[in-house]
Amino acid sequence: MRGEKALQISARRIETTTIFDITGDIDLANSPEIRKALLKEIKESKTPRVVMNLVKVRYIDSSGVASLVEGLKASRDAGTRFILFGLSPAAREVLQLSRLLKIFEVHDTEEQALA
Amino acid sequence: MSGDLLLKVELRSDPGMLCVVRAAMERLTEAFGFTEPECRSVTRAVDEALTNIMRHSYAGQTDRPIEVLCQRVPKRRNTGDGFEVLLSDRGPAVDPAKLQGRRLDEIKPGGLGLHFIRQSMDVVEFKRERGSNLLRLIKYLQSGKQD
Repeated sequence: MRGEKALQISARRIETTTIFDITGDIDLANSPEIRKALLKEIKESKTPRVVMNLVKVRYIDSSGVASLVEGLKASRDAGTRFILFGLSPAAREVLQLSRLLKIFEVHDTEEQALA
Repeated sequence: MSGDLLLKVELRSDPGMLCVVRAAMERLTEAFGFTEPECRSVTRAVDEALTNIMRHSYAGQTDRPIEVLCQRVPKRRNTGDGFEVLLSDRGPAVDPAKLQGRRLDEIKPGGLGLHFIRQSMDVVEFKRERGSNLLRLIKYLQSGKQD
């Protein structure tokens, strides 16, 4: 069954910002990929602003939330910004349930996220 | 079994199967009569329960058996019928003290799955029976709402 709904991660660079465009559900099967990509960008590349485009992410589980939290903590440690935009109802719900919605910088659109 | 069988699934503890079960739960809960947010709640709870089994009960082994059984159970006072999900695995006995979930006032990764399950369902019960871990989840339809 692996690969039928594989997660796709691609990165765009706009000046000092990296935008990760994510497509697919984020769950235990693939959240390590998200974590690895995020931490590399924040810790190794030291990108000043990392933005997660979640418009095409329908579902995020607790392991996906944990990866986002690791990204947030790494960016705080590095003194950089970590931004989410385009949350689906399910993604918004898990951040609300974990009381993290107000902890993250969240925007509706890419334009707002990059403003 | 005490209810009317809706679905029975046997799967291996492969995380690649999670999306398959989620798709089935989305359709089944919709057909049962839940609202969209309720469908997401039940689907999330089952997904997180399976994730916990795969990560903790089976410690990442991908070939161990899991059974998921869904059935309609009688309504309680002031509710409609219940949607019950029974999940069983053959992993080692789980320490009930580890099933409490963590506090949410600290920002840290991990430990959220149980919290999501408890927030999403009306009944969450765990027991050990005949060498299996059994998790019982129920969500009730709002009063007067039947399919």
